[in-house]
Amino acid sequence: MSAFRQSVEAMIPALRRYARALARDADIADDLVQDTLVRALRSERLFLGGDLRSWLYTILTNLNKNRRRSLARRPQFMPLLDNNPDASGTEAEGRDIERALSTLVEEQRAVLLLVVLEGMSYREVADIQGVPIGTVMSRLARARAHVKASIEGERPSLRRVK
Amino acid sequence: MTERKIPVTEDELHAYVDGELPAERRSDVEAWLAAHPADAERVQSWRAMAEALHLRYDSVVNEPVPRQLELERLVRQPRRWIYGSVAAALVAFVAGGGVGWVVRGATSKPSPVQDFMLDALDAHRLYVVEVRHPVEVPGSERAHLQAWLTKRCGREVRAPELASAGLKLVGGRLLPGPSGPASFLMYESAAGERFTVYAAKASTETAHMRYTTMDDDGAMFWADRGVGYVVSGGNDRERLAQVARAFYDQVEKSGG
Repeated sequence: MSAFRQSVEAMIPALRRYARALARDADIADDLVQDTLVRALRSERLFLGGDLRSWLYTILTNLNKNRRRSLARRPQFMPLLDNNPDASGTEAEGRDIERALSTLVEEQRAVLLLVVLEGMSYREVADIQGVPIGTVMSRLARARAHVKASIEGERPSLRRVK
Repeated sequence: MTERKIPVTEDELHAYVDGELPAERRSDVEAWLAAHPADAERVQSWRAMAEALHLRYDSVVNEPVPRQLELERLVRQPRRWIYGSVAAALVAFVAGGGVGWVVRGATSKPSPVQDFMLDALDAHRLYVVEVRHPVEVPGSERAHLQAWLTKRCGREVRAPELASAGLKLVGGRLLPGPSGPASFLMYESAAGERFTVYAAKASTETAHMRYTTMDDDGAMFWADRGVGYVVSGGNDRERLAQVARAFYDQVEKSGG
């Protein structure tokens, strides 16, 4: 296997994590990763060095944007029950953060996940989204404020008992 | 130093949490947080948020990578070109082991393919379970069926023999399609497995090849000369590709 393919392969687990949080549906997430990989492999000859990791995240972020655009014409199907197999003892907290993520607009969710979950720098996220760093920072601030409000709003009783 | 007096901005608080703050400013921010409990509480909540995200999603990294994402499967190339791009896509599909987009146009704009496939799968699921009325016109009246669907759909509709795939024509019906009427054909094997072919005018020019599954059903889409086709059946991908290939070959042979 070529060095390029090895580098791509090494990124699959992290791409799956990002896609899962971005799409919040395991099947859609893996379809996104698959489409990302197919595109990356097809463009192997076009990739002349540079940051492979950012490039893959850029493809995935754009594919998700397109997917959501085409979904906008269809009624949304929301899961009624959370049946995530990877939920554990921290299930409630996991559900809260998942629900809070779902209330974010697309760009803000992507920024929050890229910075917080994937550990990207503001500069990298700006390149991935094709916007100035200032835009990344304001999206991040709005995302954090929104998630905070959403989590606190959903569990007022818990906070009162404390 | 007068710099110490510069108030800390919201951007700096985020940068502090994300490790993006210049090292020389860190102690200023820490002093600020000690004196401003509301800001300290916000910073704390952002850290808790990060922890919750990692708790929820880090486990994905340790899951085994599903087979659909194995690079070896994704890179295998079509072996040869036979009738043109559609046939090549079918070959690539079988060889590639279920790659979502095997052949795809250069543009990334959203296509109505997904809707088209879902319509076809819905029709498939609705009618394959029918015992008494699966079709409007039975396969024994093939000539009439073809003439009727051709007339109503405004394009040549063929209901070919698929004996090469071990299938017999059950019959067909007319359905509403995305832009005008759609033809719907049903085939059945001796063992009772049913496949349907949904076809309607489609704006896609290129030979998109798409595979999808829904529960226990699978569907393959391609477009050829302005008509989109969806072959639906069970979730055995190779069997589905075999049926799709047989259908494509027959239609191609008879001049589609």
